[in-house]
Amino acid sequence: MSDKYEHYYVPEQSPWPIVGAVALFMIAFGAGNYVNEVTKDQPGYGGYLLLAGIATLIFMLVGWFRNVIDESMNGLYSKQMDRSFRQCMSWFIFSEVMFFAAFFGALFYARMIAIPWLDGASNNASTAAVLWPAFEAAWPLLKTPGGTETQAMPWQGLPLYNTIILLISSVTLHFAHTGLEQNKRGQLKLMLGLTILLGSVFLYLQGVEYVYAYQELGLKLDSGIYGNTFFLLTGFHGLHVTLGAVFLLVMFLRIVLKNHFTAHKHFAFQAAAWYWHFVDVVWLCLFVFVYVL
Amino acid sequence: MSTVTTDPHAHAEHEHHGPAKGLKRWLYTTNHKDIGTLYLLFSLLMFFIGGAMAMVIRAELFQPGLQIVEPNFFNQMTTVHGLIMVFGAVMPAFTGLANWLIPMMIGAPDMALPRMNNWSFWILPFAFSILLASLFMEGGGPSFGWTFYAPLSTTYSNDSTALFVFSVHIMGISSIMGAINVIVTIMNLRAPGMTYMKMPLFVWTWFITAYLLIAVMPVLAGVVTMVLTDKYFGTSFFDAAGGGDPVLFQHIFWFFGHPEVYIMILPAFGIISSIVPTFSRKPLFGYASMVYATSSIALLSFLVWAHHMFTTGMPVAAELFFMYCTMLIAVPTGVKVFNWVATMWRGAMTFEVPMMFSLAFIVLFTIGGFSGLMLAITPADFQYHDTYFVVAHFHYVLVTGAIFSIMAAAYYWLPKWTGHMYDETLGQWHFWCSLISVNVLFFPMHFVGLAGMPRRIPDYALQFADFNALISIGGFAFGLSQLLFVWLVVKCIKGGEKATDQVWEGAEGLEWTIASPAPYHSFTTPPEIK
Repeated sequence: MSDKYEHYYVPEQSPWPIVGAVALFMIAFGAGNYVNEVTKDQPGYGGYLLLAGIATLIFMLVGWFRNVIDESMNGLYSKQMDRSFRQCMSWFIFSEVMFFAAFFGALFYARMIAIPWLDGASNNASTAAVLWPAFEAAWPLLKTPGGTETQAMPWQGLPLYNTIILLISSVTLHFAHTGLEQNKRGQLKLMLGLTILLGSVFLYLQGVEYVYAYQELGLKLDSGIYGNTFFLLTGFHGLHVTLGAVFLLVMFLRIVLKNHFTAHKHFAFQAAAWYWHFVDVVWLCLFVFVYVL
Repeated sequence: MSTVTTDPHAHAEHEHHGPAKGLKRWLYTTNHKDIGTLYLLFSLLMFFIGGAMAMVIRAELFQPGLQIVEPNFFNQMTTVHGLIMVFGAVMPAFTGLANWLIPMMIGAPDMALPRMNNWSFWILPFAFSILLASLFMEGGGPSFGWTFYAPLSTTYSNDSTALFVFSVHIMGISSIMGAINVIVTIMNLRAPGMTYMKMPLFVWTWFITAYLLIAVMPVLAGVVTMVLTDKYFGTSFFDAAGGGDPVLFQHIFWFFGHPEVYIMILPAFGIISSIVPTFSRKPLFGYASMVYATSSIALLSFLVWAHHMFTTGMPVAAELFFMYCTMLIAVPTGVKVFNWVATMWRGAMTFEVPMMFSLAFIVLFTIGGFSGLMLAITPADFQYHDTYFVVAHFHYVLVTGAIFSIMAAAYYWLPKWTGHMYDETLGQWHFWCSLISVNVLFFPMHFVGLAGMPRRIPDYALQFADFNALISIGGFAFGLSQLLFVWLVVKCIKGGEKATDQVWEGAEGLEWTIASPAPYHSFTTPPEIK
């Protein structure tokens, strides 16, 4: 270990972190104002600031990753550095797991505790009798205590197809990875391209499903706790699929245009793959707990 | 490829000797010591801003009745005081110490991901600018308490809520990146021979703290997101009319919040475990048991969150479960206190300022722990809940606990950072003024709390008047005493008696083997640990 150690690369000064901090400031401050403006129908600059922040963040990411790729291509990174990156990515994915856990927690709490209690379960008989006498506990919650009605999203049809599509995309990504490891660049490109395509189809179908939910089922973000958990969980998942797909697309372009990555050195590809598999596992939990059960 | 390799490498080596000049050094830095300094200075600034808000609170509470500020502004002060002290003062101070010390303690060249390290820091000034700026907008800043319980933060909050939510989001991003950096540094950059069970306890406690941070900061992000959608986009996570439950907010919040309080105390345990052996001139008693105790506290911290919610009407079985789990935490904490005392037993002790703060920590943190045990007892908590007794409890844990440990750490490592000894007389003055005033400030809160004075109210019944005047005097004195610390730090940076490499006679560990002040890059080649 000690011989590798001396070469642990500590970059010099970098302008990208401060650019990134300014970008996050613009995003947070812009979004904070935009939310008020859009919900009250007021004119304002929040939306523009938010967009400028996102643009700055993308600019920062491109610049930062370009530096990192250059350093990596120039052989500045040791095995130990590679381990740092891998561990960093693993912990990041763990933090994402905990983010989804908060929303799954809300879903389970609503289903197992809040809704039965509103109907008088546990020691809440008088609460139900006095406050919500007409309410009946059920899941999916199609009629809220306040009286909002909606319809449930069936799991057959689109959601099932989407599950199959996303599962296949994980398999194709696996074959892309084995292709990379066995130096079969053709297989790598084909399978990676296919993965991105499947991911895009998934996102498209998710959009179709949202339109169907809003127009045909009357299932909306504000249709009570069922709609809340449905849209926030699938929405945040969709956002992560989008990020994952962009991540994979960047890998695809690096492979096709620049011929990056070798059978032994491909951390960025590996990280993108981990992220994609993680997003896939989240979807499986979603499919089971949001759609089927 | 070799020709390509040598160029940037040689360039990098060349640049590595010293810091850049001017503002660029601080904006663009990737150096763990620079970033540690930035964190520490930022935390000191936030400590005074949050402290100024506490002074407003104490001025209003000096007498019964409403005299100085509007109740709405009072609520903003209690809210932002809490947010700033938790996220702006205590957490960045510990992260700053981690940045400065962990690479030196484990013999690493720097943090594992130096650029991300800088990003983590620079998010914070922006996040807190947003939070502070929201105080000046129409309708005022957040006024729902630092715990932002629904429906106070949803149905009844003002327009600043969105800014609050997004500033918490970016603070969370900063904390998660900082924690990932710490954990990866510890796992991957230890010098050869530095096995896990040879790491200094400060490193161990931060290792576990970083894990807690990565596990719970995303949960905080989730719950603020639900507050945002509940307030602005018509969801009803925390609204019974839509099938949600305001208590759900408290569950998710405290699932984050309870590990969070350990995030603010575990590094303190590490600091005390470094200082007590030095000034007792004995190795730490029970190193392994300290590691196991810290780990058990961290694991238990995930199983006790609902002890903040005993009065919400949970089923009795849940109340009992959370009560027993909470009381169980006293066991590993007791192990720690026992070990510190046993370390001092028959040691050749001296009482420099870091040791004084550590001794005060051990006694006063234990008082905070005992009041915590009282609060853990469900039926008793029905009486104490939301009174000043709770305020007394968590200020003993956080001020005489976390803040005192940070002070102890600052005194202990200042000579290593600046190369100069601090002014011992001034330091003793700072310590004694702080110690006396902090107890005048917080100890009577136990009494008014037990007598039923509710927290977060700008007015109170007449029978609490004498104690509150006393508390306020203690508060002002404590606030003023901290100015001595600033004076002392400035003096120490500017000059003073030259510090030796070891600084303290009994100090052991890698950071004391390198020069004082520590060179810009401490270990370009790793030391060998036997």
